[in-house]
Amino acid sequence: MENVRLLKLFVTFFKIGLFTIGGGYAMIPLIERDIVERNSWIDKKGFVDLLAVAQAAPGVFAVNISTFIGHNLRGLRGAVAAAVGCVAPSVMIILAIALFFNRFREYEIVNNIFLGLRPAVVALIAAPVFSVAKSARINRTNVWIPVLSALLIVTFGVSPVYVIMVAIVGGVLWGHIQERRGM
Amino acid sequence: MLYLELFYTFFKIGLFGFGGGYGMLSMIQGEVVTRHGWMTMAEFTDIVAVSQMTPGPIGINSATYVGYTAVINAGGCVPYAVAGSIIASFAVMLPSFVLMLFVARCFMRYSKHPRVEAVFEVLRPTVVGLIASAALLLMNSSNYGSPSADTLQFAVSVAITVAAFVALKIYKVSPLLILLAGGLFGALFYGVVGC
Repeated sequence: MENVRLLKLFVTFFKIGLFTIGGGYAMIPLIERDIVERNSWIDKKGFVDLLAVAQAAPGVFAVNISTFIGHNLRGLRGAVAAAVGCVAPSVMIILAIALFFNRFREYEIVNNIFLGLRPAVVALIAAPVFSVAKSARINRTNVWIPVLSALLIVTFGVSPVYVIMVAIVGGVLWGHIQERRGM
Repeated sequence: MLYLELFYTFFKIGLFGFGGGYGMLSMIQGEVVTRHGWMTMAEFTDIVAVSQMTPGPIGINSATYVGYTAVINAGGCVPYAVAGSIIASFAVMLPSFVLMLFVARCFMRYSKHPRVEAVFEVLRPTVVGLIASAALLLMNSSNYGSPSADTLQFAVSVAITVAAFVALKIYKVSPLLILLAGGLFGALFYGVVGC
């Protein structure tokens, strides 16, 4: 584990940053593929825990995830390599657009590319629902939790932040109940 | 002086911006357009559109673009604007970076504690709900076209989503290839059909 090279960390997250289109959630399948399956830098259960922590923390989701994985592999320097790798494509592409293609949205072909791209992004975000559900051990007793969370967010417009906060409070109470039962 | 203000503003956004990129956008708008008047609402709307269309986290994309535009609008030349964009991007990621380093250290130490494990037993299923809601919220008419007005676009878009899902889940095609195929298909199909 300690032998993961900083350059490899940087390049892996650079690639993930480059293909994250439509916000942080779109990077979940890319991380699953590159970090969990191909390199086994984090196991499936650890990945779900990381998603929970990255959601509960403020700031940019992608930075949270890359910092955590980088730190676990190579400490502070690993965290810097992963986080900088993850944001470098964004900064470079946005600067290029600001400098040279200020009107790039007006090109017909750009618009057409995105008409094809966006429905594909939706599939990329929908797919991890099932793999993460498996790692999160969804069963008959706890399936109401994801259903209720999604319902609150989609139908009632509740912010995911509040959903996470309520879940944390619920978890603390759950731990308390378990401890009492244990005694 | 503008650099300092940019740094402070985006540091604050990174520290208090909960809920990922989309949640941060309203906060960025409040600070950048309403409070500081660094740009007009129309300019900000363009920045949001470009941030959503280009690769990378939306929070970073918009910080980079806002940093650049704010310096240009204040009369700065291009090299100063590039510096402004780097300062804004650095400032927005700094709080989460430091916080996550701290979390990573504590997490390694306490993750086996039964009380912490109990919290994660509830958090893990919740995350499943959050990802599902992110996918559901994206299934809207701005991404798919309306079923009645743009029937062709709607049908093609649904087909793309189904095909991408099957390719990813059943045939284990790489997500990168799926994105490239989606973009290429869009350019060819809509270029030929011309809608």
